[in-house]
Amino acid sequence: MSLENKEFKPKIVAFCCNWCSYAGADLAGSSRLSYPADVKIIRVPCSCRVNPMFILRAFEKGADGVIMCGCHPGDCHYSTGNYYARRRMTLLFSMLDYIGVENGRTRVEWVSAAEGVKFSDTMNSFVEKIYSLGENVRLGDLRCKN
Amino acid sequence: MQELINRAKELLADGTVARVLGWKAGDLPYNPEPAYFEDAESLKDFVYNGFCGANLSKYMIEASKLEGKTMVCLKPCDTYSFNQLIKEHRVDREKAYIVGVGCKGKLDIEKIKKLGIKGIESIEGAEITDEAETLKIQTIYGEKSCAYADVMLERCHVCKGKEHMVYDELIGESKDTKDAERFDEVARIEAMSPEEKFAFFQKELSKCIRCNACRNACPACSCRKCVFDSTKFDSAQKANVDSFEEKMFHIIRAFHVAGRCTDCGECSRVCPQGIPLHLFNRKFIKDIDALYGEYQAGEDTESKAPLTNFTFDDAEPSIVGKRG
Amino acid sequence: MFKIAKENLSALFQLIADSQELYLPVKKAGQTNFAVWSEDADVDLDTLKTVKSAKDAFFPQSENLYDVKKEGKKMHIEPGCLKEQNFVVFGMKACDVKGVEVLDRVFLVDPVDSFYAARREHGTIVAMACHEPEETCFCKVFGVDAAAPASDVATWMVGEDLYWKALTEKGEALTEAVKSLLTEADEAPVEAEKEAIHAIVEKLPYMNLSLEGWNGDALTEKFNSPVWEELYKPCLACGTCTFVCPTCQCYDIKDYDTGNSVSRYRCWDSCMYSDFTMMAHGNNRTSQMQRFRQRFMHKLVYYPANNDGMYSCVGCGRCVEKCPSSLNIVKVIKAFQNQGGEN
Repeated sequence: MSLENKEFKPKIVAFCCNWCSYAGADLAGSSRLSYPADVKIIRVPCSCRVNPMFILRAFEKGADGVIMCGCHPGDCHYSTGNYYARRRMTLLFSMLDYIGVENGRTRVEWVSAAEGVKFSDTMNSFVEKIYSLGENVRLGDLRCKN
Repeated sequence: MQELINRAKELLADGTVARVLGWKAGDLPYNPEPAYFEDAESLKDFVYNGFCGANLSKYMIEASKLEGKTMVCLKPCDTYSFNQLIKEHRVDREKAYIVGVGCKGKLDIEKIKKLGIKGIESIEGAEITDEAETLKIQTIYGEKSCAYADVMLERCHVCKGKEHMVYDELIGESKDTKDAERFDEVARIEAMSPEEKFAFFQKELSKCIRCNACRNACPACSCRKCVFDSTKFDSAQKANVDSFEEKMFHIIRAFHVAGRCTDCGECSRVCPQGIPLHLFNRKFIKDIDALYGEYQAGEDTESKAPLTNFTFDDAEPSIVGKRG
Repeated sequence: MFKIAKENLSALFQLIADSQELYLPVKKAGQTNFAVWSEDADVDLDTLKTVKSAKDAFFPQSENLYDVKKEGKKMHIEPGCLKEQNFVVFGMKACDVKGVEVLDRVFLVDPVDSFYAARREHGTIVAMACHEPEETCFCKVFGVDAAAPASDVATWMVGEDLYWKALTEKGEALTEAVKSLLTEADEAPVEAEKEAIHAIVEKLPYMNLSLEGWNGDALTEKFNSPVWEELYKPCLACGTCTFVCPTCQCYDIKDYDTGNSVSRYRCWDSCMYSDFTMMAHGNNRTSQMQRFRQRFMHKLVYYPANNDGMYSCVGCGRCVEKCPSSLNIVKVIKAFQNQGGEN
């Protein structure tokens, strides 16, 4: 099966914190806002729970884009979790950029429980970005491709 | 070297220390091994020369569990690692009698061999006491020579300085061997296009044989059980099945030591495939310096590490795309 | 005996590669390892020892055994492919060739390892005599002649020519296939080269290492020796020695879950690792000393006990060069010698 013949359907993983962003996604749904079904949400207790390995594992298993959403800085349910997450993700994304992974495959967005619109807008723009970047070939395990 | 041996004998004799952690002469001119010496008699094999590159701070993790004090010989750059281990409560300062040993740059046998020098019988000029600028190498294929500075380990070209960060006493003179900028190579890669960057790392990392020498030699990799050793984790610690495995391993390893890596250069020194692994660690250090303020791990034992710290107005991750 | 000029070697590689896969030492990012030849490969025949041995050609570091695939509610099993095409490994050294013999005694005896057997059947080894052996070499100790590799085809680089001599049927067949590039040659230069190599070998520091006392009968004595407690201490428990070794043959079998299928593969294992031979009840070697001892006992005692006294070390010296702590099998052998002297 050659990859060129397949129509590109991006796989996108969104890590959403339980207290803000997941509730934001909920609000987007109940407000009947649309965002692409390519986004698979994984709920985490806090954005700080997201280990850099999670991001790489998502890519390994075939994700084309990974986005992490958490409470706005200052609003973390656990006071400071997202501040740590912010540093970690900044360094990790910089490393991915450094080894030649296309810019834009990873993103962090702060989405509160009240921001259903922001959630849907963010997902729409992220999916669009991934469409423009195409399939992730630099950070995937070939065994997961067939 | 004799001064070191004499001092070691004294410390053993007066009961200050129970053992000495240093290097034992090898059976070739360039392969001394880290070793423990427990009595004056065994110290006859003690050696300290340009080939004693190993960072003995790592061994102090185990030595801290032994009965009594250990006299350990640390080079200036090794003391950064020791400090960092104190901060992480992985070594016991009370169990160590640190002799800061002089260093004028350590030698890389791989570099010597890359010059086409083989069949080595003896090497002159690697003694720590002589001020020789060149190494005279006797080989079965004739006498060869090379400049000391040309065959130094990569880390010595970006030497952090001749000051010991922690010690009980100093023996021997040190020399600052810095003749290159630490972040030049990182900056050169940063300036590449994504395709070039990817090709560069793909080429280097595809050599990786997953031997874990980088991890096991690293003083910052002091976990009792590494995440890559977990049997429940399907990116096995030893299989290089797919090129992704190496990337995953090296990125995660560098990340796990980010903010704690003192840039001692052991990972690059021990890599059997000569992968410039320090380029990963230095990238993190460079980013930390630029985004969160200059930070040198191991300079002290108190300060908060950059990744266990934050400020309210830290840069957002989106800065990565904007820096260009 | 034939010969071919050095400058024509790329034509030779091209000709071989036209009909079969060709593995040879290729330099990549500063290091030379065996790799498949391609036109733009940086072939390096000058480096004496590749970092990894040529073991990969017959026993790859990782190899798929079978895949289990899901189709709807059914599962089906796809066996891994056995090597079906012929291939040539060019430029192996005498020690690596001997290493293959060691592997043969493990994988070709009952139960035969079909993956390995297929590769052995289809592979032709073109070995090269060691022009300039190095101080880390000690092949002679294990009865290997650096000047005359026991392969399908033996070659010698003398001056600007490569001398070529087929030693087996497979070697004859390959010679026949590339005959258009070879010219008849006189044996005299090769004899001179052999003598020169032997003369150098005599001068190497490790060549007179004594293996006295290392055999199957010494099991209990060696196993219980207090020397191990001292020897293992600098060991960092990495797997460098085992992964660069031409004779280390232990492997692990693992599953990889791709999400819609499972690949069962095997990969080299190292007795230096904490999960080596891990079983349900835990691990039978719980300390690094025991793991360290295992490696050398296997090479110098267990293997000879099961294989008519043949050691499973070939003296290539890769562990001597690559150990991060400068430990190696030579130091182990010498340590026991010294100990014997004191008693």
